[in-house]
Amino acid sequence: MRIDVIAWLRRYGTTLFLALLIVFFTSQNARFISPRNLTNILTEGSIYGIIAVGMTFVILTAGVDLAVGSLLAFAGMAGATVAGLFGADFTMSWIVALCSAIFVGAAAGYLQGKAVTWLRIPPFIVTLGGMTIWRGATLILHDGAPISGFDSAYRWWGTGTILHVPVPVALFVIVAALGYIVQRYTRYGRHVYAVGGNPEAARLNGLNVTAIVTSVYVIVGVLSGLAGFLQSARLGAAEATAGSGYELRVIASVVIGGASLSGGRGGIGGTIIGALLIGVLTNGLVIMHVSSYWQQVVIGLIIVAAVAFDTFAKARR
Amino acid sequence: MSAPVLEVRNVHKQFPGVKALDGVQLKVERGEVHALLGENGAGKSTLLKILSGAQVPDQGECILDGLTLDPADTPLARQRLGLVTIYQEFNLLPFMSVAENLYLGREPTRHGVIDWKRMREDARAVLLGLGLHVDPQLEVRWLSVAQQQMVEIARAMTQSAKLIIMDEPTAALSSREVDVLHEVIRNLKARGISLIYVTHRLQEVKQICDSFTVLRDGRYVTCGAVSGAEVGDLVRLMVGRDVEFLKRLRSGPAGNTVMSVKGIGTDRDPLGRHATPLHDVSLDVRAGEVLGFGGLVGAGRTELARILFGADRCERGVLYLNGRELKPLQHPAEAIEAGLALVPEDRKQQGCFLEQSVSRNLTLPSLKRLAFWRVFVNERRESELVEHYRQALGIKMAHPQVAIGTLSGGNQQKVLLARCMALEPEVLIVDEPTRGIDVGAKAEVHQLLCDMAAHGAAVIVISSELPELMALCDRIVVFREGRVTGVVQAADASEAALMDLMAVGHSVMPQAASAQPVFLG
Repeated sequence: MRIDVIAWLRRYGTTLFLALLIVFFTSQNARFISPRNLTNILTEGSIYGIIAVGMTFVILTAGVDLAVGSLLAFAGMAGATVAGLFGADFTMSWIVALCSAIFVGAAAGYLQGKAVTWLRIPPFIVTLGGMTIWRGATLILHDGAPISGFDSAYRWWGTGTILHVPVPVALFVIVAALGYIVQRYTRYGRHVYAVGGNPEAARLNGLNVTAIVTSVYVIVGVLSGLAGFLQSARLGAAEATAGSGYELRVIASVVIGGASLSGGRGGIGGTIIGALLIGVLTNGLVIMHVSSYWQQVVIGLIIVAAVAFDTFAKARR
Repeated sequence: MSAPVLEVRNVHKQFPGVKALDGVQLKVERGEVHALLGENGAGKSTLLKILSGAQVPDQGECILDGLTLDPADTPLARQRLGLVTIYQEFNLLPFMSVAENLYLGREPTRHGVIDWKRMREDARAVLLGLGLHVDPQLEVRWLSVAQQQMVEIARAMTQSAKLIIMDEPTAALSSREVDVLHEVIRNLKARGISLIYVTHRLQEVKQICDSFTVLRDGRYVTCGAVSGAEVGDLVRLMVGRDVEFLKRLRSGPAGNTVMSVKGIGTDRDPLGRHATPLHDVSLDVRAGEVLGFGGLVGAGRTELARILFGADRCERGVLYLNGRELKPLQHPAEAIEAGLALVPEDRKQQGCFLEQSVSRNLTLPSLKRLAFWRVFVNERRESELVEHYRQALGIKMAHPQVAIGTLSGGNQQKVLLARCMALEPEVLIVDEPTRGIDVGAKAEVHQLLCDMAAHGAAVIVISSELPELMALCDRIVVFREGRVTGVVQAADASEAALMDLMAVGHSVMPQAASAQPVFLG
C-alpha cells in the first residue's frame, strides 16, 4: 500500500518537527537535554499549556480568547490579595489564593462568554476588550506593585515536586488528560465540535448552542485562573506584568497543533505537541545564544509555516 | 449545419482514488440548449469545472468556436473567450450594486476614472433587455434568488458570451420564476447564444432543451435530440437500468391524530428576513400517514415546519401532541424530547457537519441514549447504531469515520434521515428530501419515508416537485402566501388542480366530486 506522504505529514508533521528540533538543539549544545533544562522547559510550558487546553475548546467553537494573559495576571493578583487579607500567619493561604484565582477566572470567563452569546459581539472584540480590562484591573488592585512573601506551602505549588515531577507539570498532565477525556469521550466534547462545525445544524439537533459557547469561555477562564496561581507561586510574587504575551503563545500552541480557527477541527493531543514545540523552540534558541529579537522572528515564521502547510495539504484533496 | 460552438474530445480526469472522467465527449451546436444529464457522481460537475477553467484535465481537448482552448486557462481567461459559467451559488458581491456587479473588473472609464453614469445606463439597458426591472444602483443582497440569477445572466451578456453554462438554475426557483427563466433562455437562443444546461428536472429538459448528452460513472453514454426521447428513456440512460418511480407508492390506513396545530400565525419579520408570515394555519397529522406540504417557493411551508420543530418563534397558535396542549415549542431540544424530528431544507447549511465523520453526524442527537450516566459516549453502542443504519438504508461509504462531506448528496441525505430515524420520532418532518440527489437515490429515499409511515410514524414531506408529493403522500396540504388553501387526498388529486390551489388559491378547473379540495378558513 502506498503511503500518502503529505497526509501523513499533516497528521504527524508537528511531532516529527518537534523530535527533529530536540535532536538539533542537543547536537548544538548537550546542556539542552540535561534534566535540569528539560524541567525548566516543561515547567515554563506547563503554565501556558494548561491555558492552551482551555483555548482548544474555545477555538473548536470558532472563537478565540485574547484575554488569557491578562486574566492570568488578574487572577494571580486577586488570589494573592485575598490570601493577604488573612494576615501573614495564616497557614492555609494557598487554598484561599487558589480558590479565589479560579473563582475570578471563572467569573471573568462567564462575563466574556455572555458578551459573546447575549450581546452577539464577536469573540475577538470581546476578549480584546477583556485583555485591557483585566490588565488594568490588575494594576488597580495593588496599585501596580507586586505582592510577594508567600509561605512555603504556597510556593510548593510552583516550585515543589511530586515524585520528582514539578507540580505545575503534574497539574498540566492532569488537566490535559481531563481535557482529552472530555473531548474524546463525552457528549459535551461532541457538542463542542458540533457547535464549532455548524452552529445552525447544532441548534437543529437540539443542542443549547448559547450555553455551550458560554461554557468554553468559563473553562478557559478557570484554567487561566489556575495558571495565574501557579505562576505567582513559581515566581514567589504576583506581578501586574505576569503572563504578558501569553495569549499569543497559547493561541499559537493550539493552531500549530492543527486546530482550525474557523472551528470544528483540532484537539488536545495536537495542542500539547504545539505547546511543547513552542517551549522547546524558545528554550533552544536561548541556549544557542540567538538574540531574543531573532527568537520572535523565528517563532512567528514557524506559526505561519505550520498553518500554510496545513492549508496546502487540505487544498490538495 | 455550421461547425459546433463547443466540442469536447476524449477528456480524462483522475482524482486521488477515483476516475472522475474517462474519455468524455460533448458537442454543442450554435444557438442550441444542450442538456447535460447524469446522476450525481456521473462527472457533470467535473466536466463543467474543466470547461470553466477551474480544473485542468489530464488528457483531451476542448474546442470553442474553432479555437483549441489552452487547458491551463484561468476562469477569467475563459470568460474573455466568451465561455461563461453560472453556478448554483452565485458569484455576486452582495454589498455592491447591480451595475457594479455587472461590470466588475471591466468598469467603463473616462479620463482614467470610472464613468458611473455610463455604467448605470448600460446596466439598465441590459437588464431591461432581459425583462428585469430593478434599479442598477440597488445592492445585490436585496434581490431575490431569481433576480440574482438574472443579474448573472446579464453579466454573461455584457461579456458577449458565446456559450453560457448553467448548473441547476431552477433548483431554487418557484414555477413562475422558472417560466421567466425559460423565456429568457429562448431569448438568448434567438440571439445565437448556446447554453449547456444541467438539471435534475427531466420535464424541464423536454420543455426547453434541444439536445442532450448523458454521462454515467464518468463515461460518455450517448447524445441525441430531445424531441426523439421520452423522460423515461432519459432516466434509463442516466441510471443504466429501469427505475420505477412516480408510481403511487402507498395507500395505508391512517391512525389517530398525533399532532394538530390550530391558528398558527406569525407577523412579518421586522428585520426583513425572507420568512413568509403565516396566517391562521390549522391542520392535523395522523399516525401512519405521509402528509405532503405543497406550494410554491415562499408559500410558508418551510416556515411552518420550523415553527412546529421549535426552530423559529410564532406569535399565535396552539400545538397539540397526542391530545395534550403545548405552547409552541421554544427550542428544537424540546421538539426532539416531544418526539419530533426534522430533516432540514438545506442539507449543507443546516443539516451536515461537513468536516466531521459520518458516525458523528448520524448519532449527534441520540448521544443521550448512547452514553453512560448520560455523559460518557459508549463508542461500541455508537458504532453498532451506525452499522445498523448503514445496512438498513444502504448508505455507501468507505468507513463510518470518513467525513460526511466526502459522500454524494444522496448518501448525505440518507445519513440525515438515519439521524432522525435513530430518534424513533412520532412525527418526522422532511423538507425537500430529494433536492439535488440523483434518480436512484430518490427512489430509495421515497421508500424509506413510506416505511417510516408503515411503522406508525407520521411523516410530513415538503416538496416543490408535485409528482413527488402525489406519489408519496396520502394527503397534501396546499399553501399559498402563508395560508392553507386546501387539503387534498393525493390519490384523487390531479396535478392541474393542485397547481391551481398553489398559484391561485382556489380550484379553477372543474373536477370530479371526490377530488374536491376541502377548504379551511
